[in-house]
Amino acid sequence: MPEAAPGVSIQVCVNGKLHPREVEPRKLLVEFIREDLELTGTHIGCDTTYCGACTVLMNGAAVKSCTVFAVQADGAEITTVEGLEKNGDLHPIQKAFGDCYGLQCGYCTPGLMISALQLLKDNPTPNQEQIRKAIAGNTCRCTGYQNIFKAIENAAAKLRSPSHAD
Amino acid sequence: MGCDGAGWVGKGLARKEDNRLLRGRGKFIDDIRLHDMLYLKFVRSPYAHAKVTSLDTAVAEALPGVICTLTGAEIANQTNPFIEIGPDPFARIKDYPLAVSKVRYQGEPVAAVIATSPQIADDAAELVQVDYESLEVVVDGEEALKDSVLLHEEAGTNRVWQGIFEYGDIEKAFREAAHVVRIDKMHFHRFSSTPLENNAVIGQWDPKDEHIYYWCNNSFPSFAMQFIAAHLGIPIDRIRVQTFDIGGSFGIKITSYPQMSVCALASKKAGGRPVKWIETRSEHNVSSAHGNERTFRDTRVALDKNAVIMAIDSRHIDDCGAYPRYEPLGCVIWAQVFPGVYRFRNARIDFSQAVTNKCPVGPNRGYSRMQHLWFLERVVDICAHQLGIPPDEMRLRNYIRPEEFPYTTPNGCVYDSGNYPKMLQVAKERIGWEDWQKKQAMARAEGRWLGIGIGTTLDSGTNNFGQSQIVNPNAPFSGNSQGANCKLDIYGEVVVAVGSCPQGQGHETTAAQVVADVLNIHPDMVTVRTGFDTERNVHTGASGTYASQFAVSGLSAVHGAARKLKSEMERLAAFLLKTGEENLEFGMGQQGPQIRAKDTGSSVNYWQLANVVNVNSAVLPAELYELTLNCRYVWRAPFKVPDKEKKYGSLTLTYASQLHIAVVEIDRDTFIPHILEYVAVDDCGKVINPPIVEGQVYGATAHGIGAALMERCLYDAVGNMLTATFSDYTPITAVNIPNVRYAHIETPSPHSYNGAKGMGEGGAAPIHTISAALQDALFSSGIVVSDSFNNADTLYRAMVARDIYQAGDLVKLEKRA
Repeated sequence: MPEAAPGVSIQVCVNGKLHPREVEPRKLLVEFIREDLELTGTHIGCDTTYCGACTVLMNGAAVKSCTVFAVQADGAEITTVEGLEKNGDLHPIQKAFGDCYGLQCGYCTPGLMISALQLLKDNPTPNQEQIRKAIAGNTCRCTGYQNIFKAIENAAAKLRSPSHAD
Repeated sequence: MGCDGAGWVGKGLARKEDNRLLRGRGKFIDDIRLHDMLYLKFVRSPYAHAKVTSLDTAVAEALPGVICTLTGAEIANQTNPFIEIGPDPFARIKDYPLAVSKVRYQGEPVAAVIATSPQIADDAAELVQVDYESLEVVVDGEEALKDSVLLHEEAGTNRVWQGIFEYGDIEKAFREAAHVVRIDKMHFHRFSSTPLENNAVIGQWDPKDEHIYYWCNNSFPSFAMQFIAAHLGIPIDRIRVQTFDIGGSFGIKITSYPQMSVCALASKKAGGRPVKWIETRSEHNVSSAHGNERTFRDTRVALDKNAVIMAIDSRHIDDCGAYPRYEPLGCVIWAQVFPGVYRFRNARIDFSQAVTNKCPVGPNRGYSRMQHLWFLERVVDICAHQLGIPPDEMRLRNYIRPEEFPYTTPNGCVYDSGNYPKMLQVAKERIGWEDWQKKQAMARAEGRWLGIGIGTTLDSGTNNFGQSQIVNPNAPFSGNSQGANCKLDIYGEVVVAVGSCPQGQGHETTAAQVVADVLNIHPDMVTVRTGFDTERNVHTGASGTYASQFAVSGLSAVHGAARKLKSEMERLAAFLLKTGEENLEFGMGQQGPQIRAKDTGSSVNYWQLANVVNVNSAVLPAELYELTLNCRYVWRAPFKVPDKEKKYGSLTLTYASQLHIAVVEIDRDTFIPHILEYVAVDDCGKVINPPIVEGQVYGATAHGIGAALMERCLYDAVGNMLTATFSDYTPITAVNIPNVRYAHIETPSPHSYNGAKGMGEGGAAPIHTISAALQDALFSSGIVVSDSFNNADTLYRAMVARDIYQAGDLVKLEKRA
């Protein structure tokens, strides 16, 4: 019979805020984010690390938070979809997804925007092939991806424009 | 008539839904946490067909944190089996939400565990001891019809339904035919559109008021409630269903009512605490719902000397999995598109449906029509190739002509409008048809396998539930309806509610566009309630989101409610401004939306109107007491009950159409098919929000391409599902999807207030189109594509192993002329 494992103390910085918590060792990062921190913008769509609805930035790298234990995130800096906007203003990636109709049901969108965020940090001028590869791990069932490609191209242009200072 | 004149309908207005969804503030079921909430986990059968010989929950119940368990036997003792839509003998089967003494598909739930955390529920589910005695399994529909292995003993047969749809004079057509083509067997495979958010339910059976409260993502709640109320034996008005943001459905979430029932019963047993069930992806893939699988047998096609199809005679066997649930409606729904886009008048389809030891089916996007449309498109391409006629030419000779609309099909459906030759022309221009013909000739000269395929399909929308009476004369359903409410709230806010439950289709946006036009205000001033809620009192028994209809039924209801509100506002404003209604104009003023007297310019704003009706009513004369500024409107589709004997009548209101062309090359070394070019032309009449429509076309196209080349619900001979995870099922990704070139034409429908047709399902056009392209690539090698699913494996078997798709084995051409 399984027994409740003792809690492990961790400290995770999420969207700039430090969260000291005690968690079960088996708790996944995505469960920690959704259940313990009540940041429900990060979603769960599969159970084999395929769909990417749970993608977050961890220490600057996009990771599928269903495949990281919460204890592995001890000391890490995490950015979730809730951390994209600044003082209520949408991040250029969020704005581009809206402008280009890059979402329908919106369930995959947070993960996709995080993958796009990492892509555009690494490569401000991606071609379509690079965009496709960057989001190959994010499943969208609604849009057929066409408008997501446009959204990421549009976001890249927005981020490159002189009016955007980050 | 008033001023539907602001012009928001037809514009690409940004989506109202996006603000919350982009910020991660969408409200999906798993985001909701209620006080004292419990978590439910199902114990599922690893066997596809087995007797449950013992079930012991004691060890699970002893685990700290477990509140209770629930078994099939307990449920059978306190509930009625679910309603069966079909007639006897299948109406006698007993479908309970947990298996009682026997399991009939892998993944069927046999028990449920309810605990204080999802993790404890998971642990406890593994402690439930179930012993099974395995039974022989049948996974093939045709085999199941032999009844050597019975799933439901009460029915005494696996045949859910059988009927003959016959029109015109078949025998005469075959006697007079110049050519007869015979096709032995074709098969449309099983797949699912697998919405990214899985099924999710929170159910609470509240002992204080004996009501059941649901927070769920079911996409046809008024249907689910009718099943649940009869099953639980409680009045339907005591069931409140609310939906919020839904992460896709594509029809798959229509049949989640068994799980909804278990959540309510679990809550009752747990003393009224709310019970949450969140389906995992693997559970979803094995046990939520799949699309219908269909086999086409002994097809005969009569053609005249010009290759015009005169008659089709065929036998179709649909496989609905272990329990019919929404079935046997699929046994008639295909007949909405009986002749597809073609003119033939003589046809006989002998249609049967069988249960098998597989997951029950649900109405997956393109439901029941796509299987039939694929069949027709295969028939057209196979006949064209056999007779040496190019596929575009073959279609032009057989299409219903633009001047023939409205066109009554042999079975009495009325195609409202369309122009298939024009769509073909647009698609050919867009893909560069002539150029590709040349490239194809060059590629073939180099020994490459390059094919060009055309698919012409229909997306019939706003169904007549009267077709249920064709499968069961006693079914108490007909017509179709949708409700909406439009009101001014106490401070004058414009608020709209509608009985749909959108899953990404942008209903909040398009409903706001319609209301904004009626009142001549900006859509930002219109609040559209999110999701479905029985207590908004706008639903009818047909409310939900399914069957490509929101633009027709939903927006007609919204439009009707807005017009009703406007009419009340006019009467009230005329009284307050002491003028005639004809002297009023709606628009914007310095204090927001207002109604103004044209001659004097004096005005009254929405706050003043709402104030008088709601909190300042002593100023009103008695004849205006009836004004509520809270207007419910029910739109009804103008249908009649079909002729049940002749299987004749109008089964759907609008017929959007799609024409796709694909260029596909099969790699000669790897046999992997690659799409080189893809065009999708759509006609859904007058478009309300062009980018939303375009997005729906892209989405439906991706589902079709995925289904044609990557996605299938694959079972082995003993009923193990082999594609139970996303890693095995491989839903299409950003690296598999080609660039889709979109174009549209508009043939307005006479049936909606603004000429729109329902759309969104898309007729699964890519499945037909890709089958056609593959056949075009390989026909000269003696290959006929007779299955809707193709990948490197099937193409290798066709070209090298030569054990499938051999034209010589599958097709016979009798040339008489």
